[in-house]
Amino acid sequence: MCNMSEQQETRAREPYLLEMLDIEKQFPGVKALDHARLQLRAGTVHALMGENGAGKSTLMKCLFGIYTRDGGTITMNGEPVTFTSPRDALDNGVAMVHQELNQVLRRNVMENVWLGRFPTTKLGTVDTRKMYADTKAVFERLEIDVDPKQIIGELSVSKRQMVEIAKAVSYNAKILVLDEPTSSLTEDEVEHLFRIMHRLTSEGVGIIYISHKMDEILRISNDVTIMRDGQWIATKSAETLTKEEIIRLMVGREMTNQFPPKNNQIGDVLLDVRNFSGMYEPTCHDVSFQLHKGEVLGVAGLVGSRRTELLNSLFGYFTSGGGEVTMNGKPIRNVTTDEARKNGFALITEERRATGIFGENTILFNTIIANVDAYGKPLLNARKMDRDTDEQIAAMKVKTPSKKTLIKSLSGGNQQKVIIGRWLLTNPDVLLMDEPTRGIDVGAKYEIYQLILNLASQGKGVMMVSSEMPELLGICDRILVMSNGHLAGIVERGKDFGNIPGEQEKIMELAAKYV
Amino acid sequence: MSEQVNSSGKMSFSELMEKYKVGAFFQKYTMIIALIAVTIVFATWKGKEGLILLPSNLTGLIAENGYVFVLATGMLLCILTGGNIDLSVGSVVCFTAAIGCTMMAGGANMWLTTAVMLLIGLAIGVFQGFWIAKVRVPAFIATLAGMYAFRGFTNVVLNGLRVDITNEGFLQVFGNGKTSFIPDFIRNAAPGLDNVFTKDNAFLTGLIGENFIAKFNVTCMCIGILGTLIFIAVRVHKMVSQKKLGIAQSIPGQIVSTVIISALILWMCFKFSCYRGFPMVMIWIGLVLGIYAYITNKTAIGRHLYAVGGNEKATALSGVKTRNVYWFAYANIGLLAGLAGILTAARAKGIDPVYGEGYEMDAIASCFIGGASAYGGTGRVSGMIIGAILMGVINKGMIIVGVDANYQKVVKGIVLLVAVMFDVLSKRQKR
Repeated sequence: MCNMSEQQETRAREPYLLEMLDIEKQFPGVKALDHARLQLRAGTVHALMGENGAGKSTLMKCLFGIYTRDGGTITMNGEPVTFTSPRDALDNGVAMVHQELNQVLRRNVMENVWLGRFPTTKLGTVDTRKMYADTKAVFERLEIDVDPKQIIGELSVSKRQMVEIAKAVSYNAKILVLDEPTSSLTEDEVEHLFRIMHRLTSEGVGIIYISHKMDEILRISNDVTIMRDGQWIATKSAETLTKEEIIRLMVGREMTNQFPPKNNQIGDVLLDVRNFSGMYEPTCHDVSFQLHKGEVLGVAGLVGSRRTELLNSLFGYFTSGGGEVTMNGKPIRNVTTDEARKNGFALITEERRATGIFGENTILFNTIIANVDAYGKPLLNARKMDRDTDEQIAAMKVKTPSKKTLIKSLSGGNQQKVIIGRWLLTNPDVLLMDEPTRGIDVGAKYEIYQLILNLASQGKGVMMVSSEMPELLGICDRILVMSNGHLAGIVERGKDFGNIPGEQEKIMELAAKYV
Repeated sequence: MSEQVNSSGKMSFSELMEKYKVGAFFQKYTMIIALIAVTIVFATWKGKEGLILLPSNLTGLIAENGYVFVLATGMLLCILTGGNIDLSVGSVVCFTAAIGCTMMAGGANMWLTTAVMLLIGLAIGVFQGFWIAKVRVPAFIATLAGMYAFRGFTNVVLNGLRVDITNEGFLQVFGNGKTSFIPDFIRNAAPGLDNVFTKDNAFLTGLIGENFIAKFNVTCMCIGILGTLIFIAVRVHKMVSQKKLGIAQSIPGQIVSTVIISALILWMCFKFSCYRGFPMVMIWIGLVLGIYAYITNKTAIGRHLYAVGGNEKATALSGVKTRNVYWFAYANIGLLAGLAGILTAARAKGIDPVYGEGYEMDAIASCFIGGASAYGGTGRVSGMIIGAILMGVINKGMIIVGVDANYQKVVKGIVLLVAVMFDVLSKRQKR
């Protein structure tokens, strides 16, 4: 009893500036937030940490009114609040620097800074002079050297990032959310940002800071909240934490028997990639590796490490900029996706709903679409298409009432099986899989892993991008670790991982190598 | 060795180009240059020399295309929001005109009729905007529905028959008959001038030409000179303030463009002065263009149009209610379609159930030829004006030189395709 009242007293003395409790958010097929929690004190920097997909950005989007939460409470200074739009959040003293740079590239800097709150003259016109002076004043206060009249698309990415930070500061918000603000900043600019943050906290602003960079976090923040799988894991004072401790809390999962036994035999070199780069930024640079027959080659990395760009460039969907690719000793070049397909490549894309399925079409349509050439010209052979679709449904164990069912009505796992089946019809040698188990429930994941291993056993080469470390460790033979567009290292099963202590930490460190 | 000399020569040339921003100048003023070139082609056409430059033809060029300027202004605002178009304007023009003509045939007051026509246009715009902005029906489809529906309503209102306008006041204020020109106040006030503007005055006759000297509209010319001076003053003021702020802009380029545009204004006003002066419809066109140039350049809603078209997500995250921006654009084009209905009815002295067909396409083409991006976010009223005039000159010129009507459409199509190709290519280079 006594203890309780003491706690209550402490709380009354020092109320939280922002308190988010038991926040829930459900996306189709995935629980993105499950009792997430964040408690921010005024005048402090609160780091929010977690692996890719842990729900950090989702939690912030629930705060900023971009997403509507399904449950939980948000209070500011003890008052319950719910923001229904970014406008609402901004009006109530919450500003945010988003993970992606959201700017109107063809307009100038000051217009981007004051968008949504242009100063106006008595005539109702935009007061360009005041806007210019105000922008200059903000930039001078924050010591940012950018011409307010310059078209923002002409600035470097890091300058644009600094403008975005200045914009957020200019709202004079009580709460400032910085979602990976340093990902494109130079070292000097990071120091500059930290000075700005110190100044704001001394003025009583509460800052929520999302970053993957451990050193930064430990240096700048007062408290650290760690999330995993959409759940709150721990909130600790930064002083009591170490890098190792944070990684342990972030990774935290117990490895159970969630993977099928590996039975694939690694054969000869299938694909030899040398100094491979993409053409247009952001892209991968100077990547060299070999993929063997029968091998499952993982690709690990943080968001923005250009893993997807590597796969898309190899497949000819993105323009490749340089380097050599040889397949079975013969040089090849996938200029278009059509050539890639004919060269025996298959790509299972990351955004299944956006770039994988044809949602409004049947399973049959979705199964044969990459292989239409094979069904006769000029008329399609319906019987052959039916037979192939039935075969793939059986082979992939797709759970569906019929092949005429619309694919959008299937679960994520079954959709993914249809897409894998689609590509198997083209009889590929190299399968590029980008997050093949994203948004799929645990049972179906096991089946996908089994499929991948079976394909490898048949002598195909599989390259698999994943943000889930355990699955990479569970089914891959080797793992490429990408960092900021470069290959940071390759780790091998038995040597670097596979029930070896410190394996995840090693990969995490490599992933942060060029960040 | 010689290659080296060559390449270094090229370098300095391209440096020179860079220094004076020649490339940027041509890119910025492509359509003005194209307009001048096309005009010269028609003006020097063998056997038809100078016909297109006759004052009456130039007056006709503006008066006949009044609806294009007004509708293209509204269309530009829609296109700015992301390449969205309004297919219904042709039908809405005819519908509002049908209501107006029927009202006046029943003896309604012309100003009341005008107000009703504008309000109906606005109401239709608000209605269509609701579906587009709030329900998020694609603009293309919502306005295609409007195109059918209001064509149908027009026929219902008109019973499928033509209705004539007998209200002289209406025709004089909005039309372009013999009476609907701005009167020459100066010569009316000072009858003595009639003795100056005679064929005996060798100096003025040399300047104006003996065909036009007797009826030369002095007021019109004075307005033209005044307007040119104001234009030059505004441009100089802008250049000086830019220089003060130290903004890198091509000063020679701006001077050249100011000189060219001033000369064009003066020349046009001179031509109008030779033929009765300004047609009344020019006042309405001028008002619309002026007001909307102001809205797009100077007001918050104007900048929101550009922002939404440039990056809708960034705009929403900056706290702008982006849906209302779409609504504004579509409500507005409804209002302007009402005005275009007024101008169309007055020009035709009545309304036929088929009037307005294809008007939407003329408006859309003018915007794209005038440099509006098909993806939204860029485009200016000034560019749209050039686009509309270019279309008008090509139309008129082809009629004068006697191109088959079917080929006229082919040429228009090619012009549109080439203009948008420039837009797409210039973007590809930047990537």
